[in-house]
Amino acid sequence: MNSNHNKQAINATPSEFLLGIRAFFPLIFAATPIGLLFGALAAQKGLSPLEVLLMGSFVFAGGSQFLALDLWSEPLPWLTIALSTWLINLRHVLMSTSLAPKLTHWTTRQRYLGFFILADEVWALSEQRAIKTQTTFGYYLGVGITLFLTWQISTVAGSLIGSVLGDPARYGLDFAFTALFICLVMSFWQGRKTGVVLAASGLAAVFTHTYVPGAWYIIAGAAAGVVAAAIQYDDKPANIKAAVEVARS
Amino acid sequence: MTSEIFAVDPLVLFTILAMAAGTYLTRIAGLILTKFVVFSGRTEAALQAVPPAILMSVVAPTAFATGIAETAATAITAIAALRLPLLPAIAIGVISVVILRLALAFV
Repeated sequence: MNSNHNKQAINATPSEFLLGIRAFFPLIFAATPIGLLFGALAAQKGLSPLEVLLMGSFVFAGGSQFLALDLWSEPLPWLTIALSTWLINLRHVLMSTSLAPKLTHWTTRQRYLGFFILADEVWALSEQRAIKTQTTFGYYLGVGITLFLTWQISTVAGSLIGSVLGDPARYGLDFAFTALFICLVMSFWQGRKTGVVLAASGLAAVFTHTYVPGAWYIIAGAAAGVVAAAIQYDDKPANIKAAVEVARS
Repeated sequence: MTSEIFAVDPLVLFTILAMAAGTYLTRIAGLILTKFVVFSGRTEAALQAVPPAILMSVVAPTAFATGIAETAATAITAIAALRLPLLPAIAIGVISVVILRLALAFV
């Protein structure tokens, strides 16, 4: 047996695939309601169920899909949406940079195909697996395909149900986006430095939103937060003032 | 009804493909970058701040510049998010904004 054969054998065993499905299983119950919510809100914005399915299949990144929906309006600001999607998904650069060195036993094709579905949850479970043993391609697919199917089925179902729900403000669902994003923001909380980043972003965003039309407030807020994080890196208390100044300017 | 379900606007499809292309690039970036680049601590710290900074920017106008009900509900949601899983925390946020809007309408 040559080494290529061994690679195949390690990566394609069905039991590894089943282990991946089992690892993801409890997350089905967390992902489904979020998918239903996404579908329902997408229907309110006028997306057809097929458009919801296409976005879920090609983009497959929940946070950025919610963000795109928030920016969705007539005429469709496609460039702002594409740019915001790209910015919010920049975190994948860190994820793939961290995971890639642990997958040296994958073939090149497996890496480039597999990373198409590198969503947050898939990444987290793969990293977790890599601590204990090898994250095989089979295991990765078990996790990834289960999330992929859960996401597509729940979002399409949500869009079919959502079109008969009516005005989302009636149930406070217009606030659901905001609530979801606040929860996600809090999941990034790592102490005072995060607070400064958030204060810089929040101030810059509100300021820009008040005085500049369009979705520039997202770019301005993101830039302020990134600058605040870069400034804070050498960890001197005086930099907090500088970060706030950046946010105000 | 069937035609509505399968309707695809060309501009919508184009937007989706533009989103997909950018997202795929961020996902395979690590495969390419780890071959050539070693991130400095400062660059990594800046990159790590990108997701929360963007999320914060998206919610800030609604959360802080819409009304008292929204700002209060934002604070409640943030506290709930520290203690509860995602869905209960969102539910608390949505319920509190409905109650606060109703309550403030009578003030």
